[in-house]
Amino acid sequence: MAERLKVAIVGSGPAGLSAAAHAAKLGMSHVLLERAAHASDTIYKYQKGKFVMATPDILPLRSDLSFRAGRREEILAAWDEGLDFYGTKIRYETDVTKVDKTEDGFSLTVAGGETIEAENVILSIGLQGNINKMRCDGGDLPLVQYQLDDPDEYEAETVVVIGGGDAAIENAVALSKQNTVIIINRRPEFARAKQGNLTLILNAIEKGDIQCYYEANPVRVEPDGIVLDTPDGEATVKCDRIIARLGASPPRRFVEACGVEFPSDDPGVLPEVSPTYESNVPGLYIVGALAGYPLIKQAMNQGFEVVAYINGDDIAPADEPLLVEKFEAMGDVEVDDVLSSIRQTIPVFSELNPLLLRETMLESQVHAVKQGDVIFARNDYSSTFFTIFIGQVGIQISADDPSLVVKLREGEFFGEMGLISGRRRTATVVAVTDCVVFETPRRTMLKLIQSVDTVKRTLDKTSILRQIQTHLTPGVPAEDLEDLVETAEIQNFKAGEAVFNQGDAGNHMHLIRSGSCTVSTRVGGREVVLSYVPSGNYIGEMALLSDMPRSATVRAANNTETICLSGDAFSTVMNNNLAIRDSIEAKFRARLRQNEQMEARPEAGNIIQFLIEQGVGEGTDVLLIDEALCVHCDNCEKACAETHGGLSRLDREAGPSFAAIHVPTSCRHCQHPHCMADCPPDAIHRAPDGEVFIDDSCIGCGNCVGNCPYSVIQLASPPEEKSNLFSWLLFGNGPAPGEQVSYEADLLANPAKNGPAKEKDAVSKKAVKCDMCKDLTGGAACVNACPTGAAARVSPEEFMSLATLNR
Amino acid sequence: MHESLLIYRNMRYLKVAVALVTVTGLLYALHSPVENPNGGTWLGYTLGTLSASIMGWLAWYGVRKRSFGGPSIRMEDWASAHVYLGIALVIVSTFHSGFQFGVNVHTLLYFLMLIVVFSGVAGLYFYMRFPRLLSENRRGLTTDMMLGQIAELDSELSAYAVTLDDATAKAVFNAVHNTEIGGNLLSQLTVDNPNCPTLLARKFVERSDGSHDEATRRKLLTRLSKKEGLLRRIRQDTKLRCLLQLWLYVHVPFTFATLAALVTHVVVVFYYW
Ligand SMILES: Cc1cc2nc3c(=O)[nH]c(=O)nc-3n(C[C@H](O)[C@H](O)[C@H](O)COP(=O)(O)OP(=O)(O)OC[C@H]3O[C@@H](n4cnc5c(N)ncnc54)[C@H](O)[C@@H]3O)c2cc1C
Ligand code: HEM
Ligand code: HEM
Ligand code: SF4
Ligand code: SF4
Repeated sequence: MAERLKVAIVGSGPAGLSAAAHAAKLGMSHVLLERAAHASDTIYKYQKGKFVMATPDILPLRSDLSFRAGRREEILAAWDEGLDFYGTKIRYETDVTKVDKTEDGFSLTVAGGETIEAENVILSIGLQGNINKMRCDGGDLPLVQYQLDDPDEYEAETVVVIGGGDAAIENAVALSKQNTVIIINRRPEFARAKQGNLTLILNAIEKGDIQCYYEANPVRVEPDGIVLDTPDGEATVKCDRIIARLGASPPRRFVEACGVEFPSDDPGVLPEVSPTYESNVPGLYIVGALAGYPLIKQAMNQGFEVVAYINGDDIAPADEPLLVEKFEAMGDVEVDDVLSSIRQTIPVFSELNPLLLRETMLESQVHAVKQGDVIFARNDYSSTFFTIFIGQVGIQISADDPSLVVKLREGEFFGEMGLISGRRRTATVVAVTDCVVFETPRRTMLKLIQSVDTVKRTLDKTSILRQIQTHLTPGVPAEDLEDLVETAEIQNFKAGEAVFNQGDAGNHMHLIRSGSCTVSTRVGGREVVLSYVPSGNYIGEMALLSDMPRSATVRAANNTETICLSGDAFSTVMNNNLAIRDSIEAKFRARLRQNEQMEARPEAGNIIQFLIEQGVGEGTDVLLIDEALCVHCDNCEKACAETHGGLSRLDREAGPSFAAIHVPTSCRHCQHPHCMADCPPDAIHRAPDGEVFIDDSCIGCGNCVGNCPYSVIQLASPPEEKSNLFSWLLFGNGPAPGEQVSYEADLLANPAKNGPAKEKDAVSKKAVKCDMCKDLTGGAACVNACPTGAAARVSPEEFMSLATLNR
Repeated sequence: MHESLLIYRNMRYLKVAVALVTVTGLLYALHSPVENPNGGTWLGYTLGTLSASIMGWLAWYGVRKRSFGGPSIRMEDWASAHVYLGIALVIVSTFHSGFQFGVNVHTLLYFLMLIVVFSGVAGLYFYMRFPRLLSENRRGLTTDMMLGQIAELDSELSAYAVTLDDATAKAVFNAVHNTEIGGNLLSQLTVDNPNCPTLLARKFVERSDGSHDEATRRKLLTRLSKKEGLLRRIRQDTKLRCLLQLWLYVHVPFTFATLAALVTHVVVVFYYW
């Protein structure tokens, strides 16, 4: 029986390393178990020469190891040195497969069967998960690899790429420049790939650059090739190399097997931990990215702290000074007092555990607002969430009459509509008294909604009432709506899913609270789109009013949430409020007329359908080019490059066209931007005017590049010097204005292709995308520069309206 | 939302141009100088200066087009005003000259200006008409996609060709390897080239009935005609895009010539008159 250690640390990322170093320094018996053959695999896998950032700058580092912004190699070397210095016990190539709770501690099983006994376990395995391996025979032969660092390294080889996702496509396309490439897709099409990658791979296959086997599965790998099961029978492909890109499975299953509970089934949800990072399993601690802290410095701090807690040291969290500074706006107060009074005053936050509350407050802003100040204005595009800590605010519910004000007091919240719909603010909010309000960013709120049930419930209850009052029954007091709200239910629909079908019985009505829908009808066996309905509108009133089955099908154009209202309850409300009844009937008649007109003009419906497919429906501001006017002068691209460090963020020619409308590769400024989904430093924001932009804290991880379905984000080095127009005109000096200097015009660029570590530019690439020229006074440079009027920025509601399409 | 530069802002700049022309016309009609109307009277000087300012502003367009991110006036404002004021310039400067044309440096200036204006009108016509033709011709495909389809046809054609008799194979290989797209200016502007190897190959196969079986012949013919169709589209695309730029090679150099002539004209009238 092996000795029992005080602590076993699983995973040697920054969190695990820092924990092990502190344990070694304290003389605590420990072991650090790492699956890879080197420390910190996640960072080891960064692109060579990558400049690693030390965000957030204001957070002090608390670790026995050093960490400063710098090149990947320097950082890894410094850590290795630190580990040696403290005599840390680290075991490489030790994959922990199981953690079992025993009577007085834990028993860890590693691949190979050996077990390790420890009193405490720290899980710091990050979020990268396990790379899926090929399950057929020979999946571990030397010609098989599961990662591709630098496609330019290979030349004149025959390479088989397995997989149908973005990674496989990007690898295949990049390799095909210098090699013979065969791609193996399990499915009959590349359904999971992003539009841009889809075009790339289909073009390459069409041109013969890449050969593709569809509906093919590997049977076995041989030392010089692979045997496939294809629809035409078994086929053998000889090759020099096999690259399998089969995705990764998230670490959740492993963590759950250790006994840790997750608050919900949402894919993004994180396990809950106590202020000392202990999970629901006593003695099992979780730190780092897995605990929801996705940056290196945070991970290192937690590694240090968790070992200190296990050692029984009473230390204040490293972020204490940050909170002190945050709360300064409120005068001289104790952090702990404020936190406990927040919990008492603000019901939405009452059930957050102390760690989560700290984290929420760290990410939030504290505003001391003077009486009469505007907190946000109607039609702003912000999506943050506000809670009132002290004082009162007033919501101006009518655009025409600012004196119509609903007052909210301490503990109440506002701004949830922008958060939910991703659209413009529907009201202006002013401070009625001097007050203190907290502004919590969208990302933090989404995390809370996912992982804390009370947050979701409190938010839903209030927001349903407010949304109904704003969009459906303005002026009706809350008392009269009780029944309606009571029976209301929030429903989710995936893009393309039907909210209801033509011919269904209609006894419900839906208020779209986020996303958007299309209304379509079947004409001669084909679905013809009649209209586009953005959030903030209701649908399904026709069947209610006419007492007939649904006259049309309504589908979610993108991921959509509706409030489903009972028909009976709503009829009661209408019968008691004739004004509401009239306005709904008026809308009903208008829609009937519109549907008739649209049925006569199927082209307009086809255009809507096309635009929806291109993601215009979920955008707020989309660049559309009228092909009947565009003279292909590319002045739009030149203007973009010239105003954005020499690199155009739009690719005019790329992208599909339909009925002379062209959707270039350029940001749609989505209502719920996919790119924001997992940005470690939360560097992607939405400005009040709606533009989605990336700030300087970007660490260049490339997550957003992969998450944007429209391939509009690039990784680029900082801009080079601008040329001078006159010296170019007169002497031909330097690059022409708008000529791409620092970088190839390659909007379909992706990390794999940018990967080649050209030492010079591999330094500190950051993500760049269209920011709608928010820093220029004159508006978007592309549109301003277009001499012919072909380029226009449009919002989907405007563009997909009948009036516009009828022109 | 999308508005062509001719109708832009309810034709604001057309109205400006019409007003300008009307005022100058009235002045010219009312003005009764001692001698014949000419550039030397007070109205002549005024209209001359006006013409020169308009011209300078029109030429400044080239600079403005290349300075980005500045004031918020849209390029379309400039373009719309450019075409209307450019046309108005002809009339204003004609009134300035008092119709006194001769064989001299002054009339040379006028003549050069007309070249710029007419090339501009031609360009405007191209700008108004070709984009739609381009779009219709492409039918949603990009040049790259069309080239991709041709490459595929080519590889199929090559595969058939090796199974054929020498003469046919030679014609088909010629079509695969020697068909050109673009090239010099003239070939960029030609859509139907009677010597196009693909066309020749198709004709050859059409004529050579009997020498191989009907199935192969049909396969060859469909592919060759398909390729011809694609070639036509690509060449049409090339031609239109070429023309969209070509006129500028008249418009811009002659702008510089006109400006030089203007300077000469002014120097001449001041020093030698
Ligand atoms: C491309 C990219 C760039 C980034 N750039 C930056 C940056 O510039 N600055 C910044 O602050 N952050 C950056 N990040 C985020 C940063 O990498 C993570 O926040 C950090 O690595 C998280 O540390 P961790 O210790 O929680 O987990 P990880 O670093 O992911 O470490 C987990 C370790 O556990 C090991 N492991 C997993 N499972 C097991 C098992 N069962 N048994 C044994 N070992 C196991 C893994 O091999 C790995 O070594 C970037 C992320 C990416 C993807
Ligand atoms: C676009 C600009 C101009 C054009 C196209 C133009 C054209 C002409 C023409 C065709 C004539 C008639 C020549 C003749 O009488 O034989 C003329 C005459 C004249 N122009 Fe201009 N001109 C321009 C600008 C100017 C300017 C800026 C000035 C002076 C400031 C000027 C001063 C004169 C004078 C003084 C004459 C009379 C010369 C004469 O009668 O011989 N012009 N111009
Ligand atoms: C003396 C008169 C004129 C001068 C000096 C002039 C000068 C210029 C210049 C310098 C450019 C910039 C070209 C470039 O750099 O791309 C230009 C563009 C253009 N001009 Fe003129 N021009 C004149 C008259 C006209 C007229 C009368 C018309 C049409 C009716 C016209 C139509 C255009 C058009 C369509 C463009 C291209 C716009 C673009 O692509 O941005 N011009 N002109
Ligand atoms: S600037 Fe306008 S006309 Fe020129 S390429 Fe761009 S969209 Fe087309
Ligand atoms: S970059 Fe973000 S906002 Fe822009 S299109 Fe992509 S996901 Fe949408």
